[in-house]
Amino acid sequence: MKRIYLDHIAGTPLHPDVVDAMLPYLKEKFGNPQSLHSIGQEALEAIEESRDKVARLINAESADILFVSSGSEANNFALKGLAFAHQSRGKHIILSSIEHQSILHSAKYLEKFGFRFSHIPVDEFGLVDPEDMRKAITDETILVSILLANGEVGTIEPIGEIANVCRDKDILFHTDAVDAVGNISVDVRALGVDALSLAGNQFYGPKGSAALYVKKGRRILPFIDGGIQESGRRAGTEDVPAIVGLGKAAEIALQEMESRMERMKTLRNKLMKQLPQAVEHVFLTGHPERRLPHHASFCVEYVEGEAMLLNLDLKGISASSGSACTSRALKASHVLLAMGIDHALAQGSLVFGLIDRTNSEDIDYLLEVFPPIIERLRKMSPLYTQYLEEKEK
Amino acid sequence: MIYTEKVMEHFQNPRNVGTMKDADGVGQVGNPVCGDMMTFYIKVKDNRIDDVKFQTFGCGAAIAVSSMVSEMAIGKTIEEALKITNRSVAEELGGLPKNKMHCSNLGADALHKAIENYQERQKAKQDPPKKSEDKESCYCPYCDGPIKGIENYCQSCKVEFEDCPECKKPVNKQADKCPHCGATKVRV
Repeated sequence: MKRIYLDHIAGTPLHPDVVDAMLPYLKEKFGNPQSLHSIGQEALEAIEESRDKVARLINAESADILFVSSGSEANNFALKGLAFAHQSRGKHIILSSIEHQSILHSAKYLEKFGFRFSHIPVDEFGLVDPEDMRKAITDETILVSILLANGEVGTIEPIGEIANVCRDKDILFHTDAVDAVGNISVDVRALGVDALSLAGNQFYGPKGSAALYVKKGRRILPFIDGGIQESGRRAGTEDVPAIVGLGKAAEIALQEMESRMERMKTLRNKLMKQLPQAVEHVFLTGHPERRLPHHASFCVEYVEGEAMLLNLDLKGISASSGSACTSRALKASHVLLAMGIDHALAQGSLVFGLIDRTNSEDIDYLLEVFPPIIERLRKMSPLYTQYLEEKEK
Repeated sequence: MIYTEKVMEHFQNPRNVGTMKDADGVGQVGNPVCGDMMTFYIKVKDNRIDDVKFQTFGCGAAIAVSSMVSEMAIGKTIEEALKITNRSVAEELGGLPKNKMHCSNLGADALHKAIENYQERQKAKQDPPKKSEDKESCYCPYCDGPIKGIENYCQSCKVEFEDCPECKKPVNKQADKCPHCGATKVRV
């Protein structure tokens, strides 16, 4: 059966060149970068080269890039490391209400140490209003962390404006850019952020490859104590193949960004426009324009997400959902609820993320198999029956 | 695949889907907030369940469970059908993932509710009609344990509950928002 992978949010496949770049470091170039001998030094050179490539992708200084093992680690590192390093100035931190769990749960952890959090709301498109953020600032505020783009609804936040407010007030600003970096142009200098999280598995790099950017001069507490790796801020023997893979993915992303974006936008726009036309009561979630170029997300009324995903999978299509049943915790997506979408509609959440190899036929195939799936599920749905009965009245 | 072959088979080809205009008993459980909602319709002939129809809004497990319950109930006497338990449904399906066990509760509950409804209607034919008390029961969304309004604790998964100040339904004490009515809890 044809397999069509539209689950970019869960991770991208590896670019073939990334695999080729990594392979020697899984084989003959196995050295520990901290070793003095030439096999070790060869590995050290490779990770420093990767650092340069990742830095170039986001227009940063190489020395400001710290390699970590996942986007979640980068977020934990940023929030906890900055909070603890600057707590003498205050213990108040501002977040948006649609942050990733790795930010929200890090906040819960910090609450145990006396930190206080304000969660600023988003509008129906998932957009943060910088004015709301400004109002939430107190004399005690030391840090603001707001994501650059949300993986579930695709909305791109006004990060530059938010960073400006923070700079004026001398408050540190971190952005979780895991879903954005490598997919859209991100420039840490132009944005004016103090720290930024990114992950390779969102742009055709390997899983377990990620980085935290921390601007020079910003104090941050080490995340793993131990040796001198990552300038003593993140100890532990480096995952050289992953770091090399991340570097290669960053290099390719920088070269291919424009053409990838254009191609995906065309296909994505087709999906965004035609899916709600193919089936009634399908609503776009997130912002119609200010969104990631590969991202199309919807809520399908009267049906539940997991049932849709299983049916799509049986047709060879991989997608994801923010419905309660699809989450391990059996909770509806906090992102959709924060956007004011009610529980019943949030259950019908469906997220598509195109990848570089997605083509027009794939989208046509999805548009072809989708309506009968929904029709079948709605025939089973008591909520749809209720709707039809009320319509008749 | 997260489900057994049997679950997937019922999910793809659910038996007895639909509504029934002249049902002898109707039972509805769940709500979209919990994730699943089921409506069961039964037709009873000579104390035996002659036909079952159901509709389900929910995940793969919820749909498969409904289908299985409907199949198990047809042909059984009322007494036998009341003995269909959550466990027996899950067993017939070759097992369910742990976090989906509450779906099997809903299936058996919806059937039992339809039977209760049938029995009440029968009784009403003999006795003058009395306002029946609606038994509101909800299952813990984190495990398969039942939560009753008067209790404030799920014995099965050790989650503490409190009544939502707005809609009075049980809510996880740690939750910021009531999952039933959406009311935000004010923390002091």
